[in-house]
Amino acid sequence: MRHILAILLENEAGALSRIVGLFSQRAFNIESLTVAPTDDNSLSRITIATIGDDKVLEQIVKQVNKLVDVIKISELTDRKHVERELLLIKVLANTDKSRTEVKRITDIFRGAIVDIGKQIYTIELTGDGDKLNAFIETLSNETEIIESVRSGCVGIARGEKAMRL
Amino acid sequence: MTTELFTGAEMVVKALSALKVKYIFGYPGGSVLDLYDAIFQQDEVEHILVRHEQAATHMADGYARATGEVGVVLATSGPGATNCVTGIATAYMDSIPMVVLAGQVPTTLIGNDAFQETDIVGCTRPIIKHSFNCRDLADIPNIIAKAFYIASTGRPGPVVVELPKDMLVPQNKAPYKIELDVSMRSYNPNVKGHPKQIRKAAKAISEAKKLVVYSGGGIVLADASQLLTTLVETLKSPVTNTLMGLGGISGTHENFIGMLGMHGSVEANKTMANADVILALGVRFDDRVTNNVEKFCPNANIIHVDIDPTSISKTINAHIPVVGLVDVVMQQLLDELNDINYTPDEEALKEWWQQIHLWRDTQHVGYEQIEGEKIKPQRVIEAMYKITNGEAYVASDVGQHQMFAAQYYPFAKPRQWINSGGAGTMGFGLPAAMGVKLAFPDKHVICITGDGSIQMNIQELSTCMQYSLPVVIITLNNRSLGMVRQWQDMVYGGRHSSSYMESLPDFCKVAEAYGHVGIQIDTLEELDSKLEEAFSIKNKLVFVDVLVDEKEHVYPMHIRQGSIDEMWIKKGVKA
Repeated sequence: MRHILAILLENEAGALSRIVGLFSQRAFNIESLTVAPTDDNSLSRITIATIGDDKVLEQIVKQVNKLVDVIKISELTDRKHVERELLLIKVLANTDKSRTEVKRITDIFRGAIVDIGKQIYTIELTGDGDKLNAFIETLSNETEIIESVRSGCVGIARGEKAMRL
Repeated sequence: MTTELFTGAEMVVKALSALKVKYIFGYPGGSVLDLYDAIFQQDEVEHILVRHEQAATHMADGYARATGEVGVVLATSGPGATNCVTGIATAYMDSIPMVVLAGQVPTTLIGNDAFQETDIVGCTRPIIKHSFNCRDLADIPNIIAKAFYIASTGRPGPVVVELPKDMLVPQNKAPYKIELDVSMRSYNPNVKGHPKQIRKAAKAISEAKKLVVYSGGGIVLADASQLLTTLVETLKSPVTNTLMGLGGISGTHENFIGMLGMHGSVEANKTMANADVILALGVRFDDRVTNNVEKFCPNANIIHVDIDPTSISKTINAHIPVVGLVDVVMQQLLDELNDINYTPDEEALKEWWQQIHLWRDTQHVGYEQIEGEKIKPQRVIEAMYKITNGEAYVASDVGQHQMFAAQYYPFAKPRQWINSGGAGTMGFGLPAAMGVKLAFPDKHVICITGDGSIQMNIQELSTCMQYSLPVVIITLNNRSLGMVRQWQDMVYGGRHSSSYMESLPDFCKVAEAYGHVGIQIDTLEELDSKLEEAFSIKNKLVFVDVLVDEKEHVYPMHIRQGSIDEMWIKKGVKA
């Protein structure tokens, strides 16, 4: 089963490598990982999407928590939450038809064309993983995909509860 | 008023001294010469020069295991630091408090593949509790204070501190400020067990008909042996120890049923397999204990107490998990049992103990020493036990001799038995024994070893000469890598692939070359008298080389993939 984990940790040299090292050392799966400092610059927040059964998930949570740099970890997928991922994608737009179709599909998915070249459109889209997958699939039916990059998901719990110090 | 300024090297020494460190074990080299210079100019912290950095880590480790204090290691960058890796892993696996100060090339050269540059923080990441890179020399005192705090609290473990050369040189100075009362927002080890879990545990215990206490290294680390004894006497239950937990309760206590696991006693493993409640204290259900986890103690309600949540339900599901320091939790449990007016179910106990005694009596595993034939290794351990009244510190290497010592030397007290249980590091024994001897110069300190293990750190005989460390080395010499050979006999059709040592040195002469005493024992007749002689020599290291029967196997032994109580008790005979 897929789980999304939010981790709050000290924004210190080596902290990220401890997390990544732990996952590889204990053969835990990483589907995606994102990291950046939070509004409090002394803290970083990591979002990890992983796959595993309940027993594996329990070990992941405990092992991550055991790292000295880690302040909090919580699983987002067992509660109401918002999950987003950013996609930047370059597609071939070298005919009238493809330019029109790409524009149309982008509008339907509420994306934005952020750069235009002689033959290429660069599009930005945010959403959950399924939406991004659907967008890419739709685009690929109409034109050629040249390059794509996804941020990996970030997530936050809904409601009053906050993950802070 | 001007603030006094110090070099990083001076700060390291000042901080160590503020933390009451008596010894550092290490080896100098380019990147730490400033630190060595600072050590030279003071006399509060003594440096012990080893002959290989791996031995420095094991020596610090042995010192830590025997005293409960943090063992401190100092190594230079590159190979000096990487030589520590095995010792760090050994300490990590057995949760031993250790701080390793590792030199590093100057910060300006980091990442340049400079001479003797190795990313030691990266190398050790999977085998440390935590590590620090030092990038501002003013941070040094507090980094060291934090390193000690982390190493010694919660579940103890090794901490690596990387010190680049430019943090230590005389040109760079800063004020010295240290906060010894450390607190860290991201690290707050849980100490007290949850009251609800304590109540559940007490209830399960009070309803048990076949209770067993399974205790481990956590008892030793928490200095909780007295409490364990009280608890066991309150419950009147059988108690078994893991290899790491030996001495947690006296090996001669009437409730003690021996070690459990792969080479544990039949009664301990049978008791576990048939228990209805297992009270697991400071253990981690290691694979050398459980055998096949699918078949592990199917009828037992498991109460698992440990300071490290990751140890709970990692391999075996705990029905009643209790996270907390084992001594604190045991006291909570005793209080709760008192509150609910607990009295043991005498009738059930009587039946349970009758069964356990039956297992013990009918499945007794021993050895047969025939006069005139080769010495049995078990017989050597028994002689060693008798001569030292069971009071010696025994540091062990890894292999058959380790298991024989665990089985035939009933340890009366915790911290008496010093062995690499988790990592199984050959070469651990001698340097660990040296660390113990340094801490307790007036006690008998034995290094029990084999002809294989001793050669993995035999160079430390030189360190023993330099610092007058008169440990007694007892080598059960079977001209073989005994445990490897045993597996090859039992599992690999007797094909002794690379388990035979064809070019053994004359160990007595090796010892004598370093200025020590060598005693050779070849026959049973001379065993006791020559061992007596070895222990009577007080101020010299004695290397006792005992020729033992190379065909002897360690029994009992788990049958692979079986349940915990499926064992060979002698060749071809199952329990």
